[in-house]
Amino acid sequence: MTGVDASSVVSPPPGQRSAGRNLHRFANPGRFLRISGAVLPWLAATALALIAVGLTWGLFFAPADWQQGDAVRIIYIHVPAAWLASGGYMALAVCSVLSLVWRHPLADLAAAEISPVGAGFTALCLATGSLWGKPMWGAWWVWDARLTSVLVLFFLYIGHVALVRAFDDPVRGYRAGAILALIGVVNLPIIKFSVDWWNTLHQPATIKFTGAPTMFVGMLWPLMICLLGYTLAFVAIVVARTRAAVMERRIRGLLMARAAEDTAA
Amino acid sequence: MTHLPFIVASYALGILIPGAYAIAAYARMRNARLRLAAIDPRQHRSAR
Repeated sequence: MTGVDASSVVSPPPGQRSAGRNLHRFANPGRFLRISGAVLPWLAATALALIAVGLTWGLFFAPADWQQGDAVRIIYIHVPAAWLASGGYMALAVCSVLSLVWRHPLADLAAAEISPVGAGFTALCLATGSLWGKPMWGAWWVWDARLTSVLVLFFLYIGHVALVRAFDDPVRGYRAGAILALIGVVNLPIIKFSVDWWNTLHQPATIKFTGAPTMFVGMLWPLMICLLGYTLAFVAIVVARTRAAVMERRIRGLLMARAAEDTAA
Repeated sequence: MTHLPFIVASYALGILIPGAYAIAAYARMRNARLRLAAIDPRQHRSAR
């Protein structure tokens, strides 16, 4: 979409107006900049406060595990990173659907900004997993189904980043990236159920949607606070990057328009 | 075997990686806003 005038990204194609009118209301870059500009400082401040509280609680006040000792404190980083690795990819897939089906202009930009952040959080999940695995399992890495499927997720993120930037025409890059993101969604249930389907060294889920958590409440609270804090931080980073991308696109559009005027004159 | 170095390294990564992304995003947003203001102040006002 490089070189496209800023006004052209405001309106959806005429044939799609009725189908996704509500969605396109939020696809307006001007409206996005206004709303995100108001929300972003609060989002960032809340994320920072929650992370500070959660990590301090987890590091100094939460009890040690009876088997793992203090090494269990790595959970307050590792679990939010793992949740955001999968959750970020789900958000990438949703943006890809919006991009392919409704040609949602903001979805293209958001997808391109989610994948580098998701890759960072997946790398954090893998690194903290290694740092937890070494004292507990005696190995930095094992080719366990859970670890391997998360490594595949990391490569999917990196592949998306590379593919989006691989084309001279950014629209083709967005489309190719969206297709890759949707193909990669198959990896998410594999990550989730790998500990149930195969005999893995990685422990099964401690927190489930279908049952009570098998975790002491004094550990669960700081974990929930860290989960919320890191999730808000992820959203704030993606929103800030998408704001920058919208403004950069406007700058490109304005410069191209001026160059065209200068050439015509 | 003390677990302290593993815990410290995990917390350092847990702060540094999201922190680096946050600082980079803020700097990119600020640069884009300043460039937009220099090119077209009207667009800059709507972007705030």
